[in-house]
Amino acid sequence: MAIIEVRGLGKRYGPRVAVDAVSFEVAEGEIFGVLGPNGAGKTTTVECVAGLRTPDSGSVTVLGRAPGDVRAAIGVQLQASALPERMRVREALELFSSFYPSPVDWSERLGLGGHLRSEFGQLSGGLKQRLSIALALVGSPRIAILDELTTGLDPQARRDTWSVIEEVRAAGVTIVLVTHFMEEAERLCDRVAVFRDGRIVALDSPSALVSRVDGATRVRFVPSGSLDVALLEALPEVTSVSLLGEQVVVSGSEDLLHAVTSLLARRSVVARQLRVDQVSLDDAYVELTGGRDVEDR
Amino acid sequence: MWKIVEVEARLFLRDRLNSLFAIVFPSVLLLVLGAVPTLRTPDPNFGGLRFIDSYMSALVVFTLVFIGLQRLPAVVATYRETGVLRRLSTTPMHPARLLVGQLVVNFAATILSVLLLTVVGYVVFGVDLPHHPLGLACAVVLGGASTFALGLVIAALAPTARAAGGVATVVFMLLMFFGGVYLPRFMLPSVIQTIGSYTPPGVEALQQAWLGSAPDWRHLAIMGLVGLVAGTVAAKTFRWE
Repeated sequence: MAIIEVRGLGKRYGPRVAVDAVSFEVAEGEIFGVLGPNGAGKTTTVECVAGLRTPDSGSVTVLGRAPGDVRAAIGVQLQASALPERMRVREALELFSSFYPSPVDWSERLGLGGHLRSEFGQLSGGLKQRLSIALALVGSPRIAILDELTTGLDPQARRDTWSVIEEVRAAGVTIVLVTHFMEEAERLCDRVAVFRDGRIVALDSPSALVSRVDGATRVRFVPSGSLDVALLEALPEVTSVSLLGEQVVVSGSEDLLHAVTSLLARRSVVARQLRVDQVSLDDAYVELTGGRDVEDR
Repeated sequence: MWKIVEVEARLFLRDRLNSLFAIVFPSVLLLVLGAVPTLRTPDPNFGGLRFIDSYMSALVVFTLVFIGLQRLPAVVATYRETGVLRRLSTTPMHPARLLVGQLVVNFAATILSVLLLTVVGYVVFGVDLPHHPLGLACAVVLGGASTFALGLVIAALAPTARAAGGVATVVFMLLMFFGGVYLPRFMLPSVIQTIGSYTPPGVEALQQAWLGSAPDWRHLAIMGLVGLVAGTVAAKTFRWE
């Protein structure tokens, strides 16, 4: 059952089109990723879903209603939002608890228990994010929208945050996760929507997106004896073959390894220093969004 | 709503330097000035009163403009700039409540400061208690409304917290000048004295309520009008992010 439905969403700021004809659905219990370069319309889209912005065209329904009517059911963690510097963790939790009829305290589960007396301005980046998540979840929402959750965190803090998100999902919360870390999307998301220039250019599971990329699997080895490259190229699983000194690099589909090793066995050639690389979501993303230059803009 | 006021009050007090300054400084200044013998000797310039008697209203002016223009716009503009208001707008609670909480806390601090000043003046120097308490209450409330509203207009229109601080400081200085904080009003040209009667927070009404009889209703009405107009402008133009 779709808990969020977005149909033909459009939003412009003055002459600039931020989002154009975006449609997607999010199923209950899912972790739905929103990927894309800066300025691709991710934040605008989730802000419309959260009821913070009014779409110029199209429709957004959350739990079958307008987002503004179900604000208490949506927990939001936004980028570029903060608390007063000198507000203590406990005060923030109490304050936000007072906004909801049956608040839930996530502070222990999020590892904030030892920091209740700390002031917001003194918290590390990771703890700020945890507090932000705790505040987004305090109203026991059915949907949590988390925007650029781990941007600016060190790798350990990022991994800690990921396990928190998995825990939140295990508690039955549907999650919309805006990110530009592929590793994060690959690890957490059931499905991802890839945004580019205000539109969705791909919407699928991370593994399905990866398999769309030509030559998604790469096998490298040094053959023990002479091997005719043309034989490799003739295999249906192979898309390309190249030579790097002694090393043979074969790219192709997912069943590539089996096809290559079978051929070598038939020819009685041993593959030394055999390595298999999988194209990551990173590569798929770069292909879908039109290159690094866009990402780094 | 009570929770917001409670948290805002704690934040106000936690900012020790500023909260002490707002609440205690006018009384401390009175003590310092009162320590100078000539300033506590009756003087014909003040119609036979002492300098410190006539300076009480200026100290109230200081309290009002300091809180209304140095505290309020800075905090509100910072709340917007750092995304505090944006964060709140994702909850069922409208961020306007946070601003109401700010107003309540700052107004409470103003009252506290004026009460402390009254007590210190009365106990230490035998300054008369306000001759017209109700008039003084009205003058403080309406004077506060006008300066707080000006502070909110500045917070609403300034693009950044820094800009808000800069503009507010200029207005702060001007209002202190017209309100007789720098130089006692008898030393100012009469035209400046007249202007001072009508600029927030309305020193003339404060003075009359404290040492004379009832304040002039026209002075109070002007303060109310300034508060109303500036408050409306602030509400209409306020950006939440």
